[in-house]
Amino acid sequence: MSVAATFLFAAVIIGVLSAVAAVLPSWVTSGAVARSAVAGAGTALTGVAGVVAGIAALTGDPYVMELPGLLPLTGFTIAIDALGGVFVTVVGAVATAAGIYGLGAVRSLVAQAVVPLFVVAMLLVPVAGNVGSFLVCWELVALTSLLLVVAEHRTSPAAATAGRWYGALSQLGFLTVLSGLLLLGGPDDFAALRETSQSGAVAGTAFVSTLLGFAAIAGVVPLHVALPRAHAAAPSQAAALMSAAMVTLGGYGIVRVGLDLLGGGPGWWWLVVLALGALTAVHGNLRAAASGDLGGLLARASAGGMGLVLVGIGAAGLFASTGDRVLAGLALAAALLHVLNHAAGTTLLFLAAGSVRRGAGTRDLDGLGGLRKGMPATTAAFGLGALAASALPPGAAFVSVWLLLQALVHGLPDAGIAVAVATTVAVAAVALSVGLAVAAFGKAFGLAFLARPRTPAAVRATESPKVLLAGMGVVGVACVVLALLPTLVLPVLTTATEVATGAGDDVVAGVVTLRLTGFAGEVAPLMITVALVVAVVAGGAAVRLLARRGTRRVAPAWEGGAPPVPGQAAYTAPSFVEPLRRVFDDVVDPAAPERLERRLYRPALAALAAWGRAGRRLATGGVHRYLGYGFYAVCGALVLLVVTR
Amino acid sequence: MSAPGVVGGVVAPVVVLAGAPLLAGMMRQVRARLEGRAGPGIGQPYRDLRKLLRKEPVDPRGTGEVFRVAPLLLLATTAVVAVVVPLVAVESAVGPMADAFAVVTVLALGAVALALAGLDAGTAFGGLGAGRRLTVLALVLPTLLVALLALAARVGSTSLGAIVSATLADPAAVVSPGSLLAAVALLLVVVAEAGRLPAERPDANLEATMAHEATVFEYAGPDRAVLELASAMRLAVLLGLVANLFVPWGIATSAGVGALLVGVLALVVKIGVLGVLVATGEVFLARLRQVRVPELLAGSFLLALLAVASSFFLA
Repeated sequence: MSVAATFLFAAVIIGVLSAVAAVLPSWVTSGAVARSAVAGAGTALTGVAGVVAGIAALTGDPYVMELPGLLPLTGFTIAIDALGGVFVTVVGAVATAAGIYGLGAVRSLVAQAVVPLFVVAMLLVPVAGNVGSFLVCWELVALTSLLLVVAEHRTSPAAATAGRWYGALSQLGFLTVLSGLLLLGGPDDFAALRETSQSGAVAGTAFVSTLLGFAAIAGVVPLHVALPRAHAAAPSQAAALMSAAMVTLGGYGIVRVGLDLLGGGPGWWWLVVLALGALTAVHGNLRAAASGDLGGLLARASAGGMGLVLVGIGAAGLFASTGDRVLAGLALAAALLHVLNHAAGTTLLFLAAGSVRRGAGTRDLDGLGGLRKGMPATTAAFGLGALAASALPPGAAFVSVWLLLQALVHGLPDAGIAVAVATTVAVAAVALSVGLAVAAFGKAFGLAFLARPRTPAAVRATESPKVLLAGMGVVGVACVVLALLPTLVLPVLTTATEVATGAGDDVVAGVVTLRLTGFAGEVAPLMITVALVVAVVAGGAAVRLLARRGTRRVAPAWEGGAPPVPGQAAYTAPSFVEPLRRVFDDVVDPAAPERLERRLYRPALAALAAWGRAGRRLATGGVHRYLGYGFYAVCGALVLLVVTR
Repeated sequence: MSAPGVVGGVVAPVVVLAGAPLLAGMMRQVRARLEGRAGPGIGQPYRDLRKLLRKEPVDPRGTGEVFRVAPLLLLATTAVVAVVVPLVAVESAVGPMADAFAVVTVLALGAVALALAGLDAGTAFGGLGAGRRLTVLALVLPTLLVALLALAARVGSTSLGAIVSATLADPAAVVSPGSLLAAVALLLVVVAEAGRLPAERPDANLEATMAHEATVFEYAGPDRAVLELASAMRLAVLLGLVANLFVPWGIATSAGVGALLVGVLALVVKIGVLGVLVATGEVFLARLRQVRVPELLAGSFLLALLAVASSFFLA
């Protein structure tokens, strides 16, 4: 058994055991605190084992293992390769941080028992090696995450609504993935599927069908309505797991099915993916900028981050379909690196937001403000996460967005009309989403942590216990490493892009300087950071030298000359984003739920309800009637047989 | 890293640092003269800086590290950009930092820091200014990016030095539709980002709700001096960059003393001419209502997008 498989099994066993331990009667585990410790430690250990397995998969050889007895009909197959390794690592890393964080957060029994199972299911999706096991793991992810969404239904009325939306969309998504994969028919094994060539129409239908399901889990517009609700309703560490790890599995699915199993396919598949990604990136960040609740804001911004991943995947498929393997490898490497950055940044942000809710009692931006005094460590964590998620240097996303833009810019010159239009639109969407993300995170950080406290609860906010801070610290370190030395990670990712696009060469070279190998282009995040720090220090020293000596005096703020009225003159979240809302008035409706939802989902739901009412008329309760239905159905079937045979 | 690059990287920030107040003073003087006033003289910004530096450093109550670091970060981002972008010499002192995306995002970092500092004071004006600044930034950042990428797509590299040297090699490319559209878009956003008309009134101490002015209200003494200097430098760097992207002639391509002198002279003349043009234009313009500014920016974003499209379709 390979190293990766060994640690994967260890992860599964630890995860299942800690789930069992969490539901043991309380006299065994001596109360809720001990239970949360067991569940948290179990989740963290599962995550650590997952990280090791993922890294082993990235650096080691592919490994296949068949367990025919585990699953009837198809058998359970584990196929570990580098592409799956990326996502196993992501899930494991997020789980480690969430587990450590969960040590200190006493939550409901359901959450404690389900989180380890959720992690195990997510670890198994990227290594599932045949259709049957993939579907089982996928459904497990959907079910366990649904349980987590409704875990706090007693205290939060929104959880029920969120659960209904999320349950419906994730199960519909499962159905489309199921029907898409079944449509491919024939062999059940992924390795055999790769060999068989499908006819264009079948492959196209299967791809679109699975794309719907993957898009639903990734929160892609227009299937995005459930995720912000679900992420906001779930407990913090579960929300971090969902929005940082689970959504990336949607991207994994698209790469695995589209690029790997179906071998690329025609350009229009990827134009669709690119368009969906571009739309999601702009829409998610725009909604985030207008959102007034920290949880909702992060959920929407996380959807925006996934949009950028999809842009990268779409561009990779598009370039692969025009035969440009090197450029496809570059775009896919950008997408995978963004998956890592997205996971690190989003996890840190959600954990910090959970710490805010714990400390200040709310995540509503209007009820916060001035938290940097009471919660300095959380402030630093949120700031780091915001920097990591908003493509500004020295943030982690800076590098992946740079790579993505490089792929798009270099794809522009020698391409057909369709590719040129697509890349132009993609460049604009990426740029716009970067600007909007900066505004969104600037707003979130400024309104929650800076300024003056706007409520008494915000004044009294206290820092979270050390365990929670340790959970954030783990991710914080990951964010810093990804931001300053992405060159350590990128060569490993290349082995993963090779699985999907077949481009074997490294796309980048260099340690401090990131240099593209196929094209002209270089950037050095570490140098930029050092230069900025040096410049700040030198500037500070120069000012000290030139300016008048003396200690800084503290004086009341000038505030336009008016005497301060506590609480009244402070700027609120709605007024802060008013200018932005005015610009995008047609897209962002401040008061009502969003227009897309109203126009698209309301009519669909109404039609469903009408269908149900019509169906009710058929079932009156009379036994004679039901017998009649049976009779007519049999007759109809016989007539059909006579006609068709 | 090459000799002309390093020398240019040392000379350019010094020129910008020393000359930026002069640019501000000159623009003010041009406006004053055109409006029939005597004006304070070109050297006034230097005197203002000296005065502010001599004052006592004061922190508004309740502000924290963000408030104190923001002016320095604004200065640092501007200085770093001045070092790496092709202002005096084509080659960059630090090639891997002269990437268009890196430069734009570093500039944006400074703007974000200032917006956050405005919020940190917790006053109504600060919040108002910060909200408007972030809104403007959310549109300026993509426009700058897309316009620069339009130029980059033509050259096949996002390095600003490569773009400038490509223009030097092929001067006809400047008058291509894509290049012209990008030039207009860039000028519009530079004007808006630097807080000039028609987006904002540059010296409107009485209009308290201007994005820039409202954000920095609470700063006094040396902090204020750093802010004023950094803002002037930002304008100089942005104007110099736009000038060199489209009219690169005169910029040094070798490390000789003569070439560098010509480079510095060319930079000063270009920034000066653009500054006078902007100041003259301001005399004839009324300030847009604040709610209309995003329309201006959205328009320039569209121009930048057209520039990308035309750099492909009309190439």
